[in-house]
Amino acid sequence: MQAEKQRSSMSDFLNQCYAQMHKGDIIVAYKGTINADVIADTLGLVETKLDDLLEHSLVRKKLYNVLVECLQNLYHHVDSVQVSDSSQNFGAFVLSRTDTGYRISTGNMVKSDKSLILKEKIDKINSLSKDELKDFYKFVLNNQTFSEKGGGGLGLIDMARKTGNKLEYQFSSFNPEFDFFNLNVLITE
Amino acid sequence: MELINIEGTPKTPTVSMDPNSGVVEIKGRSIPENSIEFYKPLVDWLDEYAKGPAAKTVVNIRLEYFNTASSKCILDVFKKLEVLKKNSADVIINWYYEEDDEDMLEAGEDYESIIKVPFKMIQIVD
Repeated sequence: MQAEKQRSSMSDFLNQCYAQMHKGDIIVAYKGTINADVIADTLGLVETKLDDLLEHSLVRKKLYNVLVECLQNLYHHVDSVQVSDSSQNFGAFVLSRTDTGYRISTGNMVKSDKSLILKEKIDKINSLSKDELKDFYKFVLNNQTFSEKGGGGLGLIDMARKTGNKLEYQFSSFNPEFDFFNLNVLITE
Repeated sequence: MELINIEGTPKTPTVSMDPNSGVVEIKGRSIPENSIEFYKPLVDWLDEYAKGPAAKTVVNIRLEYFNTASSKCILDVFKKLEVLKKNSADVIINWYYEEDDEDMLEAGEDYESIIKVPFKMIQIVD
């Protein structure tokens, strides 16, 4: 009974978070388990869709490049949540067309103690000018080692640099231990 | 020393490394989740190659896309070339980018500013 309740409250919470990620005309939307296969399949699917949708190869290239970074970032940083007897690598992403270009929204559960670090990192990135971002990117490229999951700490900086836009984000508290982290990246045409 | 010939996939680049001609080529896309695994043999090969390099080493990088995980590994490859250059070998890196692809040109310039090896930026015109 307790486990059942826990599962359904988590599912309600995630559905709510997922619904908030939808904006503009949806091209691809996914919620569920995040693993390497899901990421690979999605990239393949989106690439085919973009070939149909976009004539201009530079926008397509930039969009695809940023999407790779967003999805691999999601894959590397999703924290597994223990719900009753099973653990879930839950994540979601939505790619949509907006008035000004394209929007990539990703969402995943993160341990609350990581939220503050993540928030500070994004705030720092958002405070930097174009030239400062370039210097920061080069500094991290040259000085930071890989994390155990293989992330190089460059993903967020690269997204901000390539799009030239600020990274939008939101943390929603699920319980004292976990937050839902939503990141939105805009690619303007 | 052996030749390296790796065929490209949707996630990994085509690679050829020839110890006799001194020509190294990496082209296509490089977006694997685990980039270290892919690039390690290339970095190891360069270590071995440095013991008896060709008269001139020409490195052609012609990438369509690469992810940030690969960018660190590409830097590792370039660092090996830097050592080669330091030991008085003749080394050049040709960095290809598509016309108007400023992201790819900038990426090349980032490496150029970090690595002490001559770079040549080459625009690909269709």
